[in-house]
Amino acid sequence: MTLYQRRKLANRVALGFAGVAAAIGLFWLASILWILVAKGVAGLDLQLFTEMTPPPGSDGGLLNAIFGSFVMTLVAIVVGAPVGILAGTYLAEYARYEKTARIGEIVRFVNDILLSAPSIIVGLFIYEVMVVRMGHFSAWAGAMALAVIAVPVVLRTTDDMLTLVPAGLREAAAALGAPRWKVVVTVSYRAAASGMMTGILLAIARVSGETAPLLFTALNNQFWSANMNAPMANLPVVIFQFALSPYENWQHLAWSGALVITATVLLLNIIARVLAARGRSNGD
Amino acid sequence: MTTTTAQPRSDFDARAAAVKAVADRGRRQDNIFRGVALASALAVLLVLGGVIASLFIGAWPAIREFGPGFLVTETWNPVTDRFGAVAPIYGTLMTSAIAMAIAVPIGFGIAVFITEICPPWAKRPLGIAIELLAGIPSIIYGIWGLFVFAPFLQHHVQPFLIEAFEDVPVLEALFRGPPYGIGILTAGLILAIMVLPFITSITRDVFETVPAMLKESAYGLGATTWEVVWNVVLPYTRIGVVGGIMLGLGRALGETMAVTFVIGNAHRISASLLAPGTTISAAIANEFTEAVGDIYTASLILLGLILFVITFAVLAAAKLLLLRAQARAGGGR
Repeated sequence: MTLYQRRKLANRVALGFAGVAAAIGLFWLASILWILVAKGVAGLDLQLFTEMTPPPGSDGGLLNAIFGSFVMTLVAIVVGAPVGILAGTYLAEYARYEKTARIGEIVRFVNDILLSAPSIIVGLFIYEVMVVRMGHFSAWAGAMALAVIAVPVVLRTTDDMLTLVPAGLREAAAALGAPRWKVVVTVSYRAAASGMMTGILLAIARVSGETAPLLFTALNNQFWSANMNAPMANLPVVIFQFALSPYENWQHLAWSGALVITATVLLLNIIARVLAARGRSNGD
Repeated sequence: MTTTTAQPRSDFDARAAAVKAVADRGRRQDNIFRGVALASALAVLLVLGGVIASLFIGAWPAIREFGPGFLVTETWNPVTDRFGAVAPIYGTLMTSAIAMAIAVPIGFGIAVFITEICPPWAKRPLGIAIELLAGIPSIIYGIWGLFVFAPFLQHHVQPFLIEAFEDVPVLEALFRGPPYGIGILTAGLILAIMVLPFITSITRDVFETVPAMLKESAYGLGATTWEVVWNVVLPYTRIGVVGGIMLGLGRALGETMAVTFVIGNAHRISASLLAPGTTISAAIANEFTEAVGDIYTASLILLGLILFVITFAVLAAAKLLLLRAQARAGGGR
């Protein structure tokens, strides 16, 4: 074999491997989605959204769990998003231009680590800070654990998006005599609006599937409860318990719940991406 | 005459005062806004401090009871209140090692496919599909792993592995025992699927920072696509690629739900990869709500503290490497 042939062969083998790798990656995605639909779609009826989680062996739905997940996600975003946006604003609008640049760098660094930190650690943290103090598990604790997870996501996207806003826009507004905060709120925020919205949607997507931080904060609840001061049912923990149970009707419900969560999360992700793409083309 | 000059002057003063009042108000509002934003940014640091402090306080009874011996003891006995972290730490490291051994080459392959081979129209959909994999909640991987992947391994892969390595000295010990389906190997494989998107997307991003001129020069000299990737793209992006791998490793170390479903939760170390085991996060998830007694709870929190220290170190290293890669990409242009 000549050198040329050998090089060509090596090239073909390596690129073949790359193609196989890509096929494997797509295969997993397809496999997981296919199984979810195949196993979950059977239980996807009106009952699922109108009835409570049943005792073993009888019929029921996931209404209390869906409601609990919705409420805790909502509270987490209402608390977490403003903090993330304001912190991101500080990094992009103030720290960049001031002597506090060093603080900005540290916050950005720590935030990126919190972004990937194990979520079960956040659960332990909130358990120590809230559950132990209050003496009982509660939906508030669950919502706060989710908020802690949402903040880094929102902060990161806000920081990135505000950084992309051209300095000329800010300078034009400042030259008209607008105070700094007004420049930020009326010019920077508007220019970066769709990007920041993307961040919030991604945070919702991230938070609504989180299980580990809820295991020992919100716990779970077999019954309907709208009391934020008591344990509350939520979709991920219900899936966890039902899937590991020996009861067939619980396992079916777990699959249906898994399908509902995945569909929600993927939909949010896709909307976020479309929004981000549109924001980018508008910005140009 | 005096009146005419005095008139504009007082007019001017009044206007200046009004302007000043507006400016002062703006400045006051500005300070408030800036203060609130700064407080929010500092809250992030506060969370980090709070996590470390609260874990430390929560773990204190166990630290006092077991001291550094916690790190080298294998016993995990809730009845006699003796606890040690060796088994969960081993499980965490072993599952992550398996995950990285599989996800790194495949992630690299996908990144090469997307940046160098794939036709331009398929680039974006493919990238999005890989990133959607990253968005799927870990509990979904868990339920899929337990009901689909583990039985598949149990019936089709593990018996084959046991048979194939029966007479090979070292590998025989790794693949021994009954094929349970669940265990260290299954957990490692699921983790590999989970971290694949993270490694792929970062590797792809840093590959795209390579100046086209560098690649074109190599192609101009007659290099094959693979030679360009291996001799030009990879050396140029080395730091960034390692950063991406570390980021994936950080994820794998701390992943909870997917592992909890398929690891078997057994506090022991087996030579065989097919045997059940446990990881730090799986132990916490499985046992925390059922833990009775201060020492048991404190031991689990201490496990959490150990996990946090390990992942923090790995993620910090990843971040520093990626920052260096970024600075280099910026300077190279």
